[in-house]
Amino acid sequence: MALIELSGITKYYEMGDQVVKALDGIDIEVIENDYVAFIGSSGSGKSTMLNILGCLDKPSSGQYHLNGKNVESLDPNELSEIRNLEIGFIFQSFNLLPRATALGNVMQPLVYRGIGYRQRKDMAMQALERVGLGDRVDHLPNQLSGGQRQRVAIARALVTHPSILLADEPTGNLDSQTTIEIMQLFDDLHDEGHTLIVVTHEDEIAQHCHRVVEMKDGRVFNDSTSNSAAVTS
Amino acid sequence: MFFALIESFRSALASIIAHGLRSFLTTLGIVIGVASVIAVISVTQGMSSFIGETFASLGSNSLTIQSYTPFEDQMKGIRARLTPEDMELIERRAEGIASITPILYANRSSQIKFGSQTAFSRIMGTTYAFQEVSQNYMSVGRFIAQSDNLTRRRVVIIGDKVRENLNMPDNPVNEYVDIGGEWFKIVGLMEAKGEIMGQSQDDIVLMPYNTMRSLQGNQARTDIQIQLSLSESAVLENVTAQLTNLLRNAHDLDSDEDDDFQIQTAEQLMETFDTVINMVTIVIGGIVSISLLVGGIGIMNIMLVSVTERTREIGICKAIGAKRHHILMQFLIEALLLSLLGGLIGLAIGYGLGTLISSSIPSFPPASIPLWSVALALGFSGFVGVLFGILPAAKAANLDPIDALRYE
Repeated sequence: MALIELSGITKYYEMGDQVVKALDGIDIEVIENDYVAFIGSSGSGKSTMLNILGCLDKPSSGQYHLNGKNVESLDPNELSEIRNLEIGFIFQSFNLLPRATALGNVMQPLVYRGIGYRQRKDMAMQALERVGLGDRVDHLPNQLSGGQRQRVAIARALVTHPSILLADEPTGNLDSQTTIEIMQLFDDLHDEGHTLIVVTHEDEIAQHCHRVVEMKDGRVFNDSTSNSAAVTS
Repeated sequence: MFFALIESFRSALASIIAHGLRSFLTTLGIVIGVASVIAVISVTQGMSSFIGETFASLGSNSLTIQSYTPFEDQMKGIRARLTPEDMELIERRAEGIASITPILYANRSSQIKFGSQTAFSRIMGTTYAFQEVSQNYMSVGRFIAQSDNLTRRRVVIIGDKVRENLNMPDNPVNEYVDIGGEWFKIVGLMEAKGEIMGQSQDDIVLMPYNTMRSLQGNQARTDIQIQLSLSESAVLENVTAQLTNLLRNAHDLDSDEDDDFQIQTAEQLMETFDTVINMVTIVIGGIVSISLLVGGIGIMNIMLVSVTERTREIGICKAIGAKRHHILMQFLIEALLLSLLGGLIGLAIGYGLGTLISSSIPSFPPASIPLWSVALALGFSGFVGVLFGILPAAKAANLDPIDALRYE
């Protein structure tokens, strides 16, 4: 059974009397330890796709199964729980809490699981060491470089042992050298068995991935591994 | 949940410290409110406990019985009386009484003369038992003796204030004063008792009860007061009930008629004063607590700003799994902590202010802060924090994660 199953997912926005179809019937499956890139120009629906995959937003219609759970009918609190348990977010602009240290940021998702301080700290330290930041745990985000910040964000995503890592333009704010380092980290994580979904508009990033899903006008335009997922016309 | 709560406290504290000046200004309304409430309470309560002590020195287990005529009956010319026979009856029949004494007030002039000096005073006739009942002690000379009463001797005991008013020497014993055209020998001077609510307890002249009666001539209309003190084991309520029964029977009152006398205890008097002071405390406290309300609105205002400022942070927290109650708690606890801190600072300032006020006014009793007022001040400021924190906190908790993440 696939880790992620989307069938007939649509997302409509009403802008005045106009209805914008951000997603227009998406059927897609992602299996465990997949390494998928969603590409497409702006307005293609890939951000909306990310929001729905990340359980930040609910589809207008269609079905979404994540790790066997039916997600599209959950209320906001249940969605929060799903995000906490199943999903690790990595954002373009890092989205770290500015007043918390690197360690504090990585510990934060565990707070919502009701894990005690000692255990939180141990788990966070492990995650930070995994991304190579074991020596900068007490730094505030503004004392870290862009690459380091993104590593903190990756550690924060990893610390909860989520089913999927969801990265939204993870290298968009980074220089080319740092981009290479971060992508190397992504490749390693994939090798370790993580399931990664990367939303990007850069071909170099997409080339790292094993599967590239190209989106256009709210539909899947091209899926590089056609045997693993149904492609809509 | 528990860890989340601790985490909320930690992050609330961090946020308050991070915006030190702003937090201080925000909570200033609470500080001022609590400080004024505490200052008012500490001063009035100091006064109240001072009055309590004063009354205790009057003899807290003493009773006063006096006649009581309702105003309507007064208009009809009816006048209730307490007679010497009533007192004899009580003396004979009532139990639990240690000592009993009649008091007869001068019904004509209360003028008293010494040499060329003239003064007015409370002149009353009583017996030797008065000393025990009212806890009066002599500074010079002696009190009225039993034999003074039996032989209607013309002697008086004076209070210190009277001595002062008449420009008498420090030891006035054996001097003579003129009361109502008769000469009286001073046999004793009472110890000064000071004032209660501005009324001197030392402006008083005592003479033997029978002397007073003979001065008043026609005794048919005598209306006396009876003061008595209870024996150690007596229960105030029982004695009061017994006295009421005796007097009602003696006065032939039907069951539907009201008492034509009043039994008062020193405690009752004290309670009356306490009630007045408590009313003053409540009224002033109420007015002042409006400033707490204003302070609460200040907190709400800043919390709303803070929610807007931290919209993106809220989005991040929601994205990584914060539920509604996590966000709600975080902001609610921040508001609570802000106002509680304000309450604590206000408590300290209020206490200082109260002490300053009562020590800067001469002869004013020292300030005292009852524990309940501390609890009230902290409880109220905490309540204000929650009340005015709930709206911003709910606003934060209800933010949509996508919108919050996009917020610039």
